[in-house]
Amino acid sequence: MKKSPALLKSVVTGLVTILTLIIFAYGFSVTNVNFEETRSERRLASLTRILRALAHPKIFDYTYETLNVEVPFYLGCPEGGAAFPEVDRSGAFILVNAGCAAPKETITVEGHNFQENSSGSISFIGISPEAPDGVPISIGNFQADAQGNFKVEVTLPNRQIKPEPQALRATGQIQVGAPMLSQESKVTWDKIIETVFMALLATVFGTLLAVPISFFSARNLMSEVKSPLSNISLSLIGWPLGMWLGIKTSKFLANLLMPLSNSFLLVLAGTLVFPTLGFFFAKWFLANQNEELEYRFRKRLINLLYTVSLAALALISILFASKLLLQIGAYLTPNKDVPLYFLRKFIAQIGDIIAMLAPVFATLVSGGIFGGFFAQLGQTISDRMPAATAKIFNLIVTPIAGAAVGILILQGLNWFYQFNDPAILFYLPAGIGAALGLTLALVAAPKQPLPIGIFIYGIFRTLLNGTRSVEALIMAIVFVAWVGLGPFAGALALGLHTVASNAKLYSEQVESILAGPLEAIQATGANRLQTIIFAVVPQIIPPYISYTMYRWDINVRMSTIIGFVGGGGIGFILQQNINLLNYRAASVNMLAIAIVVSSMDYISSVLREKYV
Amino acid sequence: MLEVKNLSKTYDGGMQALKNVSFNVKQGEFLAVIGLSGSGKSTLLRCINRLIEPTSGQILWDEQDITAASQDEMRHIRRKIGMVFQHFNLVTRSKVITNVLAGRLGYVNPILSAFNRFPQSDVAMALDQLDRVGIKNQAYKRADELSGGQQQRVGIARAMMQQPTMVLADEPVASLDPVLAHSIMQHLEKINKEDGVTVLCSLHFLDLVHRYADRAIALKEGALMFDGSPDKIDDQKFREIYGKDAERIG
Ligand SMILES: Nc1ncnc2c1ncn2[C@@H]1O[C@H](COP(=O)(O)OP(=O)(O)O)[C@@H](O)[C@H]1O
Ligand SMILES: [Mg+2]
Repeated sequence: MKKSPALLKSVVTGLVTILTLIIFAYGFSVTNVNFEETRSERRLASLTRILRALAHPKIFDYTYETLNVEVPFYLGCPEGGAAFPEVDRSGAFILVNAGCAAPKETITVEGHNFQENSSGSISFIGISPEAPDGVPISIGNFQADAQGNFKVEVTLPNRQIKPEPQALRATGQIQVGAPMLSQESKVTWDKIIETVFMALLATVFGTLLAVPISFFSARNLMSEVKSPLSNISLSLIGWPLGMWLGIKTSKFLANLLMPLSNSFLLVLAGTLVFPTLGFFFAKWFLANQNEELEYRFRKRLINLLYTVSLAALALISILFASKLLLQIGAYLTPNKDVPLYFLRKFIAQIGDIIAMLAPVFATLVSGGIFGGFFAQLGQTISDRMPAATAKIFNLIVTPIAGAAVGILILQGLNWFYQFNDPAILFYLPAGIGAALGLTLALVAAPKQPLPIGIFIYGIFRTLLNGTRSVEALIMAIVFVAWVGLGPFAGALALGLHTVASNAKLYSEQVESILAGPLEAIQATGANRLQTIIFAVVPQIIPPYISYTMYRWDINVRMSTIIGFVGGGGIGFILQQNINLLNYRAASVNMLAIAIVVSSMDYISSVLREKYV
Repeated sequence: MLEVKNLSKTYDGGMQALKNVSFNVKQGEFLAVIGLSGSGKSTLLRCINRLIEPTSGQILWDEQDITAASQDEMRHIRRKIGMVFQHFNLVTRSKVITNVLAGRLGYVNPILSAFNRFPQSDVAMALDQLDRVGIKNQAYKRADELSGGQQQRVGIARAMMQQPTMVLADEPVASLDPVLAHSIMQHLEKINKEDGVTVLCSLHFLDLVHRYADRAIALKEGALMFDGSPDKIDDQKFREIYGKDAERIG
């Protein structure tokens, strides 16, 4: 019964071969592999035309003058026919196969000594007593060959027969002067600059965001973050509460400061006074803050108050600064023609960015302050209270936290799906969240530290993986819908993609750092932030630089085609040129892309070798 | 006084690295911890400052229960426990002085230290400590430019910045040339004798134990095998600790 292994092996080999054949046959069929089409005359001709055009990028251009060459011509042959006219063969000249012909008859026109490869038109000039200079009627076009000769057939117009000679005219062009950069080259230059800066902005801002995110998505750092349930539940209440307060406060303050923004002096005063106030307050606060192990609620509450005031001062300072920059920017740019307009406008743009980021700052900082305060309270409850008390506390607070989180998640989903039904929006998520919270509170030992860090790590990783799987080109489509066609949409799309990709790459670097220094810094009694700054950051700087350059490289590449979906940059005109069958202009665009991409490639590899 | 009571540690994989270990260390004592590699020496030292969470047992330090301390309390306790490592564990891309100043992290303002700003007095103290171990002139070099022996001195200086009452040294000379071992051990001895700092030091070579330690404890497969004066380790005890085939060289 025992099969010979050799037989089995050949059967398996046969099956694998057949399977491979089937897979490839199917692949050919779904990808429409069609060799017949590739050999067809028509296709080959159009391929040749395109490739030839691409091989002649229209980098330079000339000034042209028109050149008119005429021969007398009889429309309607006179008695005895018409003699062939004498032609001056010293310059460009045309010959006709007959000196006369009837209307609508087809004649052959030959041209010689025209500009090589130039094109032009052929007209019949109708001469009459009312129009002694003649009325041209276009009857055809010509394309001169590399020697400046052409031969075309044209059909005469249906005009009245005249006994007097009329004329045929070939209108060509001659190059004058030295070659200069073509219009296409100039547009290409503008757009390539746009492209490179799009990549630069996306890389810089994407990296700035990716760095902090990478710490949250590094397993080795997050796995050590463990907190008892009372801490977690209270932070889950504290964070949203703080963020909500932050949004409200920033709106309130922005409205409060609105009337001031008309007066430059007031804004200037505010920009000077509030940061100074904040600085001295912070200094005093830091100097008077000695860490106390003894937890006194009143003391912590006062501390919270101080921190909140400090954050408010910072927020007011930021708002004033943005107003100041906006006003300076507006003052400096009375119109678009002032010198260095872009630099002046940049001041206002920075002000605008700050104004946009102020609520984000307020939300995050306030969330952090309140989240931290509540977390500390929760930690203390777990540290100081008897286990039974902590358990009861958890049984009350965790369901509340669960309900709050449930409602918040549904609020977010509602934005997409618009349930607008209180049962789905409030009761259901609150119920499920509370039930989950209660279960957790029942199951978890009251003082046992739960691996919340790994949980957060999981959320971050999932979000990053999800974002990364969406191509920047597709993101660009969404951003074009939001901010309109142009390089800004492209920069946003590339930036978001950079955040997701680099955060992942960075976090892998964090995960591969040496554990020894980390352990040593921890052993000195450093807190988590200090440990990261002193033990993690120095170790990850070289790979971070390397990956940032790598991303810059990729972003330059991507930014050249993101214009295909409306994201601005060179891709935008490249696509236009292709659609207009303007292949010589497209060729200039492609050449520019090739030069930029390969030089970026080279520069980044040199820099990487040098600094890493 | 440090009291370790019935300390056990089982790692996540099920490896039982410490089994019911109990011993006491008096303030100012130089205690050697010996045993084969894998016997649990590193685990024991790391349980004392809770870089590793013990599974059960108790560690009391001057009546304070280290095993029951909260995270904040633990950071305060760690400030007073310096640690020296076999592989030095310096942040090699940072400057020597930065590595030494890191010893103050538990004391300084966390926000200012985040910007690498330390009080002037701490910088002076760091230079003093480097002077004490004889490498003050290397202070502004990058740590990876230093030799192994110099790096370990930086490690000692960093531990001393904590103004510790106890130093845990985990095989501090095991990755150094034997000729350098004595110089490092002498620095630890100096800390112990001059500053009255308790030293718990795991060691491989018995001659170093005899020369520097007041007392020795021995671990075998996580269990305490011996506790007493180094002189009491006779040939028979030696074979019990290190196994039958071990050759006594120290
Ligand atoms: N993180 C860990 N996870 C699992 N097992 C470990 C871990 N660290 C050490 N061990 C095991 O615990 C035992 C004791 O290790 P260790 O304390 O490093 O011994 P020593 O320092 O005496 O060489 C060894 O068997 C080792 O394999
Ligand atoms: Mg060890």
